[in-house]
Amino acid sequence: MDLSTTETQTMLRDTLARFLADTYTFDARQKMLASPEGRDPGIWRALSSELGLTCAPFAEELGGMGGGAIENQIMMEELGKVIAIEPWVQTIVAGGGALKAAGGPLAEATIPAIIAGDCVIAFAYAEPQGRYNLADIGTTAKQDGAGYVLNGHKGVVYAAPWATHLLVTARTGGSRREREGVELFLVDAKAAGISRRDYPTVDGFRASEVYFENVAIPGEALLSGGIDLIERVVDECTVAICAEATGIGRAMLAQTQDYAGQRKQFGQPISKFQVLQHRMADMLVEAEQIASMALMGTLRLDEPAAARKAAASMVKAKVARSIKFIGQNAIQTHGGIGITVELAIGHYFKRATMIENQFGSADYHLERFEALTYAA
Amino acid sequence: MNLDFSAEDLAFRDEVRTFIAENYPAELRGKQDEGDELSKEDFLSWHKVLAKKGWVAPAWPVEYGGTGWSQTQRYIWSEETARADCIRLMPFGLAMVGPVIYAFGTPEQKAHFLPRILSGEDWWCQGYSEPGAGSDLASLRTKAVRDGDDYVVNGQKTWTTMAQHADWGFFLVRTDPDAKMQEGISFLLIDMKSPGIQVRPIITLGGEHEVNEVFLDNVRVPVANRVYEENKGWTCAKFLLAHERVGIAGVASSKRGVEKIKAIAATEMDGDRSLLANPFFKRKVAELEIDLAALEYTELRTLAGMAAGNNPGPESSVLKIKGSEIQQRLTELTLEMAGHYGAPYFRGFGAGDNEHPIGQEWANRAAPTYFNARKTTIYGGSNEIQRNVIAKMVLGL
Repeated sequence: MDLSTTETQTMLRDTLARFLADTYTFDARQKMLASPEGRDPGIWRALSSELGLTCAPFAEELGGMGGGAIENQIMMEELGKVIAIEPWVQTIVAGGGALKAAGGPLAEATIPAIIAGDCVIAFAYAEPQGRYNLADIGTTAKQDGAGYVLNGHKGVVYAAPWATHLLVTARTGGSRREREGVELFLVDAKAAGISRRDYPTVDGFRASEVYFENVAIPGEALLSGGIDLIERVVDECTVAICAEATGIGRAMLAQTQDYAGQRKQFGQPISKFQVLQHRMADMLVEAEQIASMALMGTLRLDEPAAARKAAASMVKAKVARSIKFIGQNAIQTHGGIGITVELAIGHYFKRATMIENQFGSADYHLERFEALTYAA
Repeated sequence: MNLDFSAEDLAFRDEVRTFIAENYPAELRGKQDEGDELSKEDFLSWHKVLAKKGWVAPAWPVEYGGTGWSQTQRYIWSEETARADCIRLMPFGLAMVGPVIYAFGTPEQKAHFLPRILSGEDWWCQGYSEPGAGSDLASLRTKAVRDGDDYVVNGQKTWTTMAQHADWGFFLVRTDPDAKMQEGISFLLIDMKSPGIQVRPIITLGGEHEVNEVFLDNVRVPVANRVYEENKGWTCAKFLLAHERVGIAGVASSKRGVEKIKAIAATEMDGDRSLLANPFFKRKVAELEIDLAALEYTELRTLAGMAAGNNPGPESSVLKIKGSEIQQRLTELTLEMAGHYGAPYFRGFGAGDNEHPIGQEWANRAAPTYFNARKTTIYGGSNEIQRNVIAKMVLGL
């Protein structure tokens, strides 16, 4: 057993951490969020073409470094530490992951563009009626000659306003909630017939409701693999945001520790009160478990589908609860100042809260885990 | 001993129900339904309807403008207003400084301030917490120095809710710097339009402007505006905190909250079943409802004790702890129901613009409401402080 990272992986982490420490200060992040675009596109440009980090999880033949899930875990953890709003999950993990798994000419053409930073992807998998059920899909992809015609509505598509491409789940056949007939497409975000309603999200991203009205796409846009591929991609995303939660949880604990050491009430720093010491000790226990589960999820992503799915659900069920515990107790320990926009901790809490339900709530994953592993 | 409503109580309930149905301001209702931010005028519109009817301060003694209702009638009133989704009246005048004034004030203070609180003419805010004095309230440092018939007040208050609208504020200030912590504090009523007062907004996580910092720079306050004796303000503060804790349980509105969650969950689909048919979710709602029943009967016992002439004592800390935790759990469950649609964020959407919510309106507000509700275990004496109160005052530890 060896859980140490390679020299290259350590270097990737250090490079990203150094870069983010300079670019993602609290004030800089606030400025990005408040700008019309809601981000600083120069940062993605730097991550890709200048620092060469976006190449980490891709095959060497396509210009990558031959890495995979571990590299994504490392990156997400560092992005979490500064609550970065970069579309790594959507572009690299979802888009890149789907292309890697599907292979073929579309992957060969698109992955180099992702690495170069020219292709930014948003993952349009959720629908208003569907909750977390990946097969509860009303969007249709009707075969039309060699291509398809898309119609439907995708909900809360993170990073869609920034995207050059949309990774879309749609139905080529079958009825609602049927696994059969659900497929994955990579679509030009500017294709005729696509409209968006953009909005900020509570955790600082931008997202959209995306509407498809008779959008004609070529046959090559299909990434073959159906619902199995979609589930794999979503599991990869799920584990990735759990790695992000590792960074967020540790950062919230560090900030809470720091604040409790400075804040004086009753003539002493509040960190001297045993009730708060125990609370922070419990936060550490949870933060460590998040790190452990993110690691487990990362290492088990390549297992056969049933085992992978069960593992991803174990990870998310645990992480959703742990990050909630850390977030709520970080705010409680800060007191009133924790509920204001003036201190970083509140902004971490918002992202932590959105992680709880993103790609499935604790309840959803518990039920999925039980269904997969506990014979009735 | 019984909890049955008498025929008179039932008649009263019908009267209240009809009154609310016929008199609740339609414009206010519309804004609530749309999720708009409420203005000062919105808050006051319902207050004024009740003031006109004589129902604005049910808890006050009749001689000062109370309704003379029995505990049961007051219970019915809070149930019915919650049931009809009436906004909560601002507590700073009616539930906080009003009782302090009628319990401790001079005849002149009573004659001047109480009618203006009832009518809604004066909007009040609470100047208690300071940047260095939150849970440790008695360490407050804003000082008032006697100068002829005035005090000259200097210092800074924080978390001052709705101070941006306030005409008056009640402030705890230090009048004897040499006395032991609680002993040198006085309770002053300060005109918020006095020269030297500056109010700075604090924006909270949901984007709301509810709280403020208040800076006091050589603010002159007539000695006549001190309530009770000099250096004895802590007596008023304690009286007020105990009263505040009773109301803070929020039983009626939490019951309404449970109802709303059940109604939404019954229609919100989770695959081929409703969310309320999801055994995990259903169990959480049921547990919450049971905890709420335990809180309700604890509150009823406290109220019965008050009706028998006992002051609400440290037991009210039980109400604060459980009431605030339940309020938070309601917002957690609502956010859980929202699913993906907890993420879209519209600050003040609907307020003057024509933006429609993304998904459903209740879902869009779920996250900001959840963030905002974290305050309930922090304000009014944090829950850690409430546990200290129980440990020391009740258990004698």
